[in-house]
Amino acid sequence: MTDLLTLSGVHTHIGRYHILQGIDLVVPQGQTTMLLGRNGAGKTTTLRTIMGLWQASSGEINLAGERIESRATPDIARRGVGYVPESMAVFSDLTVKENLVLAARDGPLDDTQLDWIFGFFPALRRFWLSRAGSLSGGQKQMLSIARAIIEPRKLLLIDEPTKGLAPAIVMALIECLKDIKRKGATILLVEQNFFAARELGDSVLVMDNGTIVHRGGMAALAADVPLQERLLGLSLEAHQ
Amino acid sequence: MTELAATDPLPKPKRDLAPILLPIALALAVIPFIGSTSSWLTLTAASLAMGMMIFIMASGLTLVFGLMDVLNFGHGAFIAVGAYIATLVLAPFAASMQADSLWMNLAVLAPAALLSMAVSGALGLVVERVLILPVYGQHLKQILMTTGGLIVAEQTLYALWGPQIIPLPLPASLRGSFVIGDVAIAKYRVLATLIGLAVFIAIQLVLNRTKLGLLIRAGVENREMVEALGYRIRRLFLGVFMTGSALAGLGGVMWALYREQVHASMSDDLTVLIFIVVIIGGLGSIGGCFIGAILVAMVANYGGFLVPKLALVSNILLMVAILMWRPRGLYAVTSR
Repeated sequence: MTDLLTLSGVHTHIGRYHILQGIDLVVPQGQTTMLLGRNGAGKTTTLRTIMGLWQASSGEINLAGERIESRATPDIARRGVGYVPESMAVFSDLTVKENLVLAARDGPLDDTQLDWIFGFFPALRRFWLSRAGSLSGGQKQMLSIARAIIEPRKLLLIDEPTKGLAPAIVMALIECLKDIKRKGATILLVEQNFFAARELGDSVLVMDNGTIVHRGGMAALAADVPLQERLLGLSLEAHQ
Repeated sequence: MTELAATDPLPKPKRDLAPILLPIALALAVIPFIGSTSSWLTLTAASLAMGMMIFIMASGLTLVFGLMDVLNFGHGAFIAVGAYIATLVLAPFAASMQADSLWMNLAVLAPAALLSMAVSGALGLVVERVLILPVYGQHLKQILMTTGGLIVAEQTLYALWGPQIIPLPLPASLRGSFVIGDVAIAKYRVLATLIGLAVFIAIQLVLNRTKLGLLIRAGVENREMVEALGYRIRRLFLGVFMTGSALAGLGGVMWALYREQVHASMSDDLTVLIFIVVIIGGLGSIGGCFIGAILVAMVANYGGFLVPKLALVSNILLMVAILMWRPRGLYAVTSR
């Protein structure tokens, strides 16, 4: 199995704060890699650094064999990286349709792809011409994910997609991400919902204080309660 | 698969009509104080014309503010440059300008306006590359650089054209007024209003009916996410900056014809009005800018007629009142 994304010794400073302190990680092609850790561990910063939204102070980031740590965000996105930020960042003033038209960078919206998305997120079809700002939190999250998958991407960076969502919507999101996986997508997923993590993750990375403190299989972590308690402070069962 | 969300349709978003009603309410409210209907109509027509000219000058600035958070205190330079270019182009065609034929007048005026826009737009390209590009994200430096640029531009105009005021008479067919009963409305004001409306409609069509417009609207709201979708927003910003500069040039020509004169510091007073319009409209909002420009012009005209001593502070008072009502402007687009 080849590694689609590798980070080697990546440091990121934000102002005078040293957030990422030498991150080494690999994201294998076609797998879903979970990035877990306590609040403030540096998970979001890792995604933003990969995306070029914050510049790495040092270290190497390789995407499909090409170094991207000095590339601008649009160049990284054009290399096939889709990003779903924690804040969802839908364009509130634009309609659902307009949000997706913008996300379909390479041409008009593909009906087959749209029907696939509508299969998971029927609300998007129903509110097609509604302003995104008028959607509920769950619907905004659906739109945010739909925007990232409206065209095929090599790599999806998804930051806490289930945060604050109702259980029914969380289940739908999990089904959607499973289907994206089945289609062969590579995903780096930050998640605090351990149920979702266990359902989706092939491998897992645990962060603390800006470094990776554990790497291994998701199934192994899910089965090892003492390890969960040591790494994350709580067991998976406590979060179901 | 789990069924999603509620099945109830979303409530239709409420159209925010209060800002649109504001100029209408203001116009109606001053009728008893002005007394004469003909004076009120004349002042209202003057307000609309002035408002449209200010809108044309301010529209680019509000997008530049909203899209890239750039404080361009040198916007007035494009206004003055546009006006001076018009004097250059029109000087050899003085006879055509004074011919009593609307078409002959417009055949000279239109190319002059287009050339002024082209030169102002090109100057915008230089300003963005040389003065603004090195200071993205640094407000204080932006203020210093663009204010310095404005001073250099003004002094260059003085050096090239001298300190005297240059007359720019209206063409013959646009002099005088349309008289309906005892109401007189200056012909040029009607033309200025029509051009302003045309510019407003054109901008709205671009913003709402094209992918470029979608990108601009999205960029005003969240430029980082636009970049994360793969669009190079700095190129987009350069295009918007140049278009805004060109529109300022057009506004400069129209204002110079309105005042029938050109001088290097003609934009100094206008810049204050333009910033008030951009702030009360809401940064990045073309609709807010349009309504804000009309309000500012109404306050200047009605205020100048009713309480001349308050004319200087009337627009500041308007800004304070609007911001107390809506702290992020009439139509808040950005979170700034």
